Amino acid sequence: MFYTLIAGFLLPVPELPILNETIRNLYFHVTMWFAMITHMVISIAYSIKFLTNSELKNDMKAEQYSQTGMVFGVAGLITGMIWAKFTWGAFWVNDTKLNGVAAAMLMYAAYFILRNATDDENKRAKLSAVYLVFAFPLMMAFIFILPRMTDSLHPGNGGNPAFGQYDLDNNMRMVFYPAIFAWTLLGLWITTIRIRIKNLWNETNLSE
Amino acid sequence: MVSQIGLIIAKEWKLEWRNRSAIAGLSVYILSGLYISYLSFKKIADPATWNALFWILILFMAVNALAKSFMTESRGLQLFYYTFLNPQVVIIGKIIYNGVLLFVLGLLTLLFYTILLGNPVQDIFMFLITLFAGCFGISSVLTMISAIASRAGHQSSMMAILGFPVLLPLLIILIHLSKNAIDGIEFSVNVKYLTLILSLNLIVPALAFILFPYLWRE
Repeated sequence: MFYTLIAGFLLPVPELPILNETIRNLYFHVTMWFAMITHMVISIAYSIKFLTNSELKNDMKAEQYSQTGMVFGVAGLITGMIWAKFTWGAFWVNDTKLNGVAAAMLMYAAYFILRNATDDENKRAKLSAVYLVFAFPLMMAFIFILPRMTDSLHPGNGGNPAFGQYDLDNNMRMVFYPAIFAWTLLGLWITTIRIRIKNLWNETNLSE
Repeated sequence: MVSQIGLIIAKEWKLEWRNRSAIAGLSVYILSGLYISYLSFKKIADPATWNALFWILILFMAVNALAKSFMTESRGLQLFYYTFLNPQVVIIGKIIYNGVLLFVLGLLTLLFYTILLGNPVQDIFMFLITLFAGCFGISSVLTMISAIASRAGHQSSMMAILGFPVLLPLLIILIHLSKNAIDGIEFSVNVKYLTLILSLNLIVPALAFILFPYLWRE
């Protein structure tokens, strides 16, 4: 983590037109998405697990993972918007990836609303798990398949070369790959702590 | 199983026909919606706007039409289903019925839309295929969402909140495809979008098929 922060700001980066120093955002923006996707996949896995054995603890875990995932999603959006302002000239552009992420954020917001709207614990767990599993493949189609079919301003889509091909030099790689791990592990660590707090909370409430 | 699906479809239709107020209400909803857009736009010169407005109308019509899909069923009827049919039959039957219903209503919308606001579509055959595929896709998503929303309570607002994000990817492809149909672009260009729509139309009912039994057992 600290390595990422310090190295991310201080190590030399290749100088490129337009991007300039903003390429340092690679360590934050891109890694946020890795962390988000990891969290969301885990939350889906717990939802499926809940549907097969209907234990409430799995549902709770799915909720915690998707909450942390949402935080990373918002962080990824904000860092991305700042980056977009300085490279593409606007905070928000009509780009398939941006649309996909906006839809995914909306879907998770709907997921949390659905959770809050139902009172009964078992019913809430079941409904939200079904919704999450139902919506997830469509989101995947949106985020991963659609951008490959249409033009996008993001690297690697619509004729733009991917980053790795020419502008990731070895110095950057040394920061980028650990950064992915660092952010993802930080997220997982936060989530496990939250799950433990939730467990303790439930226990104390039960014993009262 | 196929005959049971047929039974479900027939039953849905009979209920719909016995109580015609629902379908009449929907038609009036469409007409007034169209008239509002006619009065606010008067004339649409830009095909892209025409296209977007058409799909927005279809979307709201679909949310309204399918919201009642599970709401109108009484406790007794659910118990009856539960004893005699398996859940997969119910969801598939409903998806097919709602798809056909949406397609018919969509054609009606298209007809009045053309009368009021003109019709810039050059490749009408392609447009109809898009409408058909779109109606089945929307129907399979919204029928499932309707089942979730009916269990959650707060029906009508819940439908929109849960449904719109999930419908977005589908709608974007549909709008793209129908825009191509309006511009009369060659069929070979559309093939990749069409396959994407068709695969979504297979994946979504398959998911509903797998997931609906979990909603069923309450």
